[in-house]
Amino acid sequence: MTNTIADVTHESDVILLVGSNPEEAHPVLGMQIRQALQRGAKLIVVDPRDIGLSKQATFHLKLKPGTNIAFINGLMHVILEEGLEDKDFIAQHTEGFEALRDMVADYTPERVAEICHVDAGELRAAARLYAKADKAPILYCLGVTEHSTGTEGVMSLANLALLVGKLGRPGCGVNPIRGQNNVQGACDMGASPTDFPGYQKVTDPEARAKFEKAWGVSLSDQPGMYATDCFPAMLEGKIRGLFIFGEDPMRTDPDTHHVQKALNSLDFLVVDELFLTETAKMADVVLPGISYAEKEGTFTNTERRIQRVRKAVTVPGNAKPDTWIFTEIMRRMGYDQPHLTPAQIMDEIASLTPSYGGVSHARLDSDEVAGQGLQWPCPTADHPGTPILHVGHCVRGKALFRPAAYTPSAELPDEEYPLIMMTGRILYHYNACAMTDKTPGIVELAGGSFIEVNDQDAAKLGITDGETVQVSSRRGVIETTARVSSKTSPGECWMPFHYMDGNCNWLTNAALDRIARAPEYKVCAVKIAKL
Amino acid sequence: MSLLHVTIDGIPVDVEKGTTILQAAEKVGIQIPTLCYLKGLMPDGSCRICTVEIQSRGRSKMDTACSAHCSDGDVIFTESESVVKARRGILDMLLSNHPTNCFTCPSNGECKLQDLCYQYGVEKTSCPGEMTNLPVDDSNPFFTYDPKLCILCHRCVNTCHKIVGCGAIDTMERGFESVISPAFGMPWRESNCESCGNCTAVCPTGALTSKRKKTFRPWQIQKKVRTTCPHCAVGCQYDLLVKDNKVVAVEAADGPSNRNTLCVKGRYGSFDFVHSDRRLTDPLIKDRSTGEFRKASWDEALDLVATKFKAIKQEHGNGALAGFACSRSTNEDIYMLQKMVRTCFGNHNTDNCARV
Amino acid sequence: MIKICDNAALDLRRADARKALESYECRILVCAGTGCIASGSQVIADTMRELCKELPNVTVECSGHVPHIGVAQTGCQGLCELGPLVRIEPWHYQYVKVKPEDCAEIVEQSVLQGKPVERLFYRDQKDQLCPKPEDIPFLAKQTRIVLEHCGNIDAVSLDEYIAVGGYEALSKALFQMDPDQVVDEIDRSGLRGRGGGGFKAGTKWKQVAAHKDADVKYVVCNGDEGDPGAFMDGSVMEGDPYKLIEGMTLAGYAVGATEGYIYVRAEYPNSVARLHYAIAQAEEAGLLGDDILGSGVSFHLHVNRGAGAFVCGEGSALTASIEGNRGMPRTKPPRTVDQGLWERPTVLNNVETYANVPDIVLKGSDWFHTIGTENSPGTKTFSVTGSIANTGLIEVPMGTTLREIVYDIGGGIKGGGNFKAVQIGGPSGGCLTKEHLDVGLDFDSVKKYDAIVGSGGLVVMDEHTCMVEVARFFMSFTQRESCGKCSPCRIGTKRMLEILERIVAGKGTMEDLDKLEEIAKFVQKNSLCGLGKSAPLPVISTLKRFREEYKEHITIKKCAAHVCEALKLYKIDQEKCIGCTKCARNCPVDAITGSVKKPHAILVNKCIKCGTCLSGCPVGAVHIE
Repeated sequence: MTNTIADVTHESDVILLVGSNPEEAHPVLGMQIRQALQRGAKLIVVDPRDIGLSKQATFHLKLKPGTNIAFINGLMHVILEEGLEDKDFIAQHTEGFEALRDMVADYTPERVAEICHVDAGELRAAARLYAKADKAPILYCLGVTEHSTGTEGVMSLANLALLVGKLGRPGCGVNPIRGQNNVQGACDMGASPTDFPGYQKVTDPEARAKFEKAWGVSLSDQPGMYATDCFPAMLEGKIRGLFIFGEDPMRTDPDTHHVQKALNSLDFLVVDELFLTETAKMADVVLPGISYAEKEGTFTNTERRIQRVRKAVTVPGNAKPDTWIFTEIMRRMGYDQPHLTPAQIMDEIASLTPSYGGVSHARLDSDEVAGQGLQWPCPTADHPGTPILHVGHCVRGKALFRPAAYTPSAELPDEEYPLIMMTGRILYHYNACAMTDKTPGIVELAGGSFIEVNDQDAAKLGITDGETVQVSSRRGVIETTARVSSKTSPGECWMPFHYMDGNCNWLTNAALDRIARAPEYKVCAVKIAKL
Repeated sequence: MSLLHVTIDGIPVDVEKGTTILQAAEKVGIQIPTLCYLKGLMPDGSCRICTVEIQSRGRSKMDTACSAHCSDGDVIFTESESVVKARRGILDMLLSNHPTNCFTCPSNGECKLQDLCYQYGVEKTSCPGEMTNLPVDDSNPFFTYDPKLCILCHRCVNTCHKIVGCGAIDTMERGFESVISPAFGMPWRESNCESCGNCTAVCPTGALTSKRKKTFRPWQIQKKVRTTCPHCAVGCQYDLLVKDNKVVAVEAADGPSNRNTLCVKGRYGSFDFVHSDRRLTDPLIKDRSTGEFRKASWDEALDLVATKFKAIKQEHGNGALAGFACSRSTNEDIYMLQKMVRTCFGNHNTDNCARV
Repeated sequence: MIKICDNAALDLRRADARKALESYECRILVCAGTGCIASGSQVIADTMRELCKELPNVTVECSGHVPHIGVAQTGCQGLCELGPLVRIEPWHYQYVKVKPEDCAEIVEQSVLQGKPVERLFYRDQKDQLCPKPEDIPFLAKQTRIVLEHCGNIDAVSLDEYIAVGGYEALSKALFQMDPDQVVDEIDRSGLRGRGGGGFKAGTKWKQVAAHKDADVKYVVCNGDEGDPGAFMDGSVMEGDPYKLIEGMTLAGYAVGATEGYIYVRAEYPNSVARLHYAIAQAEEAGLLGDDILGSGVSFHLHVNRGAGAFVCGEGSALTASIEGNRGMPRTKPPRTVDQGLWERPTVLNNVETYANVPDIVLKGSDWFHTIGTENSPGTKTFSVTGSIANTGLIEVPMGTTLREIVYDIGGGIKGGGNFKAVQIGGPSGGCLTKEHLDVGLDFDSVKKYDAIVGSGGLVVMDEHTCMVEVARFFMSFTQRESCGKCSPCRIGTKRMLEILERIVAGKGTMEDLDKLEEIAKFVQKNSLCGLGKSAPLPVISTLKRFREEYKEHITIKKCAAHVCEALKLYKIDQEKCIGCTKCARNCPVDAITGSVKKPHAILVNKCIKCGTCLSGCPVGAVHIE
């Protein structure tokens, strides 16, 4: 997030919520958005599905899945057409405006209405509401990113914010609500084939030299492979040994058959886990790691806030801290990695990662920080952290407009598979339920998989609410329970991705975003049949 | 703006216009007891326990400190004879409709009504009469509502409406029959309640109680460990309550992104898994011929991993290995994993589950 | 309806309306107040219309020389006890208790010939005939400002309202005064809120007007008349709805509010229907809505129905209810004038207060001060009920004594009994006794005697009233109607009621009496809202004035008024009893002993006081001691 949660929810006049259902996926943020609405802030929901907040929204633009870019270009078209852009901001802080202007010129509200299945008048009104607001943040989530054009969707949102100068100010910004607790941290820490910690490029000789010096080894000058690209590489025999730390691709990755085949083709699979997950079952060696309640460390939340994780209880059985496991493997593979405490590891991180330069466990535990964490960039030990990015000027100097044209999703419905299926999260569960399904009350409240089917589609198929149905795609077949409503539009359905039984990822498409290589979880073609 | 000068229990204090007496008292470290008051919200003013005596322009009056604004020259008494009398009267009334079988109450020892009765020496009610006798709502898997223990302070209602923004519950019926309930008196479980439990956290008595409380008493908690919720990326701060090396409950903290609130996953679904009997406790090595796992020592398992990885690297080159990190784990873990991949696997084939 | 575009058009319209009214050679005014409708006035009106329709020669206007006859349904004429009321103009005959079968005679005699039907006239206490309204003492002693047109004009006819001077005040304000002058005029008039508190309306208006930068302000009318036995506001809303609408429009202009809400209890379907109709008419005529009378001023009015909670008469509970929330009072500050409805500056007054506004604006504050007392100028409406000869709606100058109301206007105690007390100010008011008969009633004087003027309910009680039972009755009402928010009122009223129930059941103790007084003072002092603070008033004032009655109930188990069932002592007069054994045979609990043809006796311990023996005794030997 460019801004903080409190800032977004306390300062904003209008909230533009795109492809995000915070009431369920980020409930505490959802609560704060509801507070903002009680305070009088207005809400624009852009989502193919009725979410809880759409009832309270001034506009709910129930667009067709996979058409975000056309929609955002349409908003920008209206803003330019009506002269609502921030001319001073564009002149002083951006470059590439002409290219954007030329590109969005084609996206008339009428054309966008046709692509996105929304009302042109509402699109215009929404554009005005967002553009004219003094303070208006864009909040977005996986509904924008989990598409084959996800990165371009994000860029388009950034274009939109730049166009109206809503960046670098309180109550504004472009704010991704990150999915998992430490997905921000995982990216910051360099768990990435292209970046060292702190987004230092592996292809940058200077950066490489720095890490080579610090680690005492020579490092490859070639970027690595994205996880989602690794699976095809396994099938091709390019990747032969894999270490998986705490991930369960057998549950969470798209096209489970494909994942299964890939993992089976490996020479050697090691999984470091808390539980014998579906993925761990396929491993040659399973190493018992420890949970957040048993270790010291830090998480970095969606607002770039580094906060402490503290040990509350001791480890069960012979399970070992994960850093101990990694260190032991490194040592046994011939690299002389000393055993470090988490605090010492953070010191090493700080020494190599400019944006974490001022972070240490001691500082996070101090009275100075007072339990408020530190928001990166925090380059030095006396730097207070950075709540809002791009204040005064953009981080890269001048912001660059990166116009993106609309291209349809990779797999579109056809006669055989006539429905678009989206996937998402529900309030009660977390991802593959590895944690949440150990709480009986949660299982009682939300025990089983289901698919939300549009009532008109259901009527045509003769499906009633609560009926068990068969859902199939080109990649697989599952059975699940139909929930019939008008939450989705005709021709569209929606499934939660948490459940082992009736796991939607047997159906999803492993088509990847061209740039960030995220799978297109949000659009695949399926058919539903009575049993 | 010019400041207002008031005196509270003999201590002079300058406040801005619009400051309540409660806020002014807090400024000078004077604690006025409250039951229904929730910081940051409009005062509910229903319990009346924060009543104070105010001498203003030659007249003496009683008012509630949570709602009354200071005016210049006010002389305020927070524990005068008439204040104590009023408070005793309120406790007397509340106690006339509140069972005193505290031994079996889950909130024994952390009940604000109990504390205040102790503080003001109210042992039992002086005006016994009919008591609320409505059934307990046990339908929610995580908490119960017992109308008999409810003092109608509306903290739960105000929390649900104004902080959580859910509005699942409200006061039903009128007068003495008043009770907290989801719409139309439906069971909690069937309402639009999101089971976040923020209502239970603010209940001053045992009326709204987490079912977890059955497993411990407040004084058995050996430590409270401040940490970050492991679910979504909001990064809520909370305390893990530990009894006998086991996390038994979670208490919300005033974290920058959660401000004392939590969701159902954070409050109830974030620690059972830690103590699950399905946890892995030993390294496992698979017999490729049978497909069965067997327990192994760390040395055996780690040596096997190192040997195999080295062999693959030697045979197929540096690019043949990869390591995925978990975006649910700590920064320190992830840093070490990518370091392992880069230094030992000899490539950059590392990633995390950000995309999936 | 043709839109009235400006001031001149309004004058024209008034002239036309007057002409039309005067052209009626005969008008039959049938009271359509809730009381008269309950006693059958709708049938009377229908019958009258039917009869007049069938009259030869009374058909259409073109036969100009034949009499025009209008049958109008008016608002409450006041004498609810004597309904249905019918008045025949221009002869000014006031008929009472009219039955459908009387209609033909009225048409025959009065409508066609102008002759009176004497048997339908009211007879006063001295048996004198009262042919005209002003002959009836009940009406003669009143001063009517608020109720001026009630009963005299067709309640829903905008033209009739205009004809009698309606909207003169609004046009004066819009075209001759700026908003601040209107506020000043109201402020100088000293008009005090008629809803109970007696707070100065002008002060509220000034404070709301001072919020110059508010995006929207509201004018809200409290028509949630919840007191049992009160029907003043209902009478205005159904009898002269345009007066209320004009008053609120003036308020909107004065304080700069563009939206108004009238909160009416759903139990007033007549009021709701007539307000809806009148608002639509006024809007159509250009007297409400956008650009009123071409002045550029806008004011929109909405009607909200309450769901019958007494507490919604409290201002913050009322605004909460309009917002769609549970009607519960909140703490202040913020005050309604600063953050009322939807947290915007809000003027909140009751119906009667707004109904005073047009006359004050038109005639000036000095005129208003000529009526009433110095600190409580103007009049006050009361609904007089209970053990009084004439029950009904009255309006008298502030400062009128209780004696004038009870004896001169009300005609004294029903059945010639003795005056004991009045309950004034509704269930949360207090009681005044004989010693207060000569106290002039106004906001300040009544407060001195632990009572309130309230909205103006007056329940007259004679010596057959048990004051403990009265207190119990009112406490059961306030307990039931307590919103349940604050602990003193929610639990305190319940505990008081329990004690009162014990006392009337003969189970009270002297400790109970002390506890009752203690809780009453506690609730009065510590409750959140005005309703809670005043809920114990019936107990406090009866304890103060009739403590002996309480004591008798407790110590000698006696209810002097013979009201409390449990304390009735049934006895058989040994002289009168003929020993027929009927009572013994009928007694459901075998509490009567005695041999045949010998005097019987009742076993006090067994008797359940069902009264079977009393009603069955052929010789009247059973009596209550």
